[in-house]
Amino acid sequence: MTIDAVFFYVFAAVAVGSALVVVGQRHPTYSAFALIVTLCSLSAVFGLLGSPFIAVLQVVVYAGAIMVLFLFVLMLLSVKREDSPARRAWGMKATAIALGAVLVAQVGSVLAASARGTAAAPGFNASTGQVARLLFSPAYLYVFEATSILILAALVGAVALAKRET
Amino acid sequence: MNPGADLVVPALLLSAGLFAIGVVGVFLRRNVITVFMCVELMLNAVNLAFIAFSRWRGTLDGQLLVFFVLTVAAAEAAVGLAIIIAAQRNRDTLDLDAFNILKW
Repeated sequence: MTIDAVFFYVFAAVAVGSALVVVGQRHPTYSAFALIVTLCSLSAVFGLLGSPFIAVLQVVVYAGAIMVLFLFVLMLLSVKREDSPARRAWGMKATAIALGAVLVAQVGSVLAASARGTAAAPGFNASTGQVARLLFSPAYLYVFEATSILILAALVGAVALAKRET
Repeated sequence: MNPGADLVVPALLLSAGLFAIGVVGVFLRRNVITVFMCVELMLNAVNLAFIAFSRWRGTLDGQLLVFFVLTVAAAEAAVGLAIIIAAQRNRDTLDLDAFNILKW
């Protein structure tokens, strides 16, 4: 087992553990903090898979921008601990967990089977320069410009939605 | 230099596990914001699958798809949280069952 594999399994265990905390926790603020841990360990996994650009983007955009937005909203609204009414019986929980296990088995076997057999491509280089060269090539340039319009629309939409009607 | 070549299949299994945890969370939790965070978790599991397949095929298109998923997720989070704030103002609750005001 190489040192990369050891780090991979450590970060994968942290990611799964904190993801379980996100789902199992009744208070949304604790869920948000657990999700930040998940996102940061996923960033380490991206780095181990040879994608430094996406790893940094994951921390800056996801753990930074998006989760701070979540925490702002959690602080803005008076969020209470989720109470557990009778309709959330444990039979329902057991069903959800069993169906989740079936989903893991199905998706995992399909994904793993599609990558098994042939080895991964050698000499993988996903440095920021290489990714940027592809991003600004004609294949992706127009999609990239379209996302800027999407973000502008989201910005205007978010302000219009959250504004108090006068 | 061949980083992560033998980690592709474990990464795909991790991706499947995280996606399923997100799905279970969407079904189990009642708080809108927690459900929204579980959706973000599912998006991240898909991102991991993109990165793993990008590594496996040795092409960079998967990296760019993750890049676009990130930007769309940022836009989605902004609009979604604004909707949650507006709906909470209307109903004074964050329970998912009370969020039936978006339909006609």
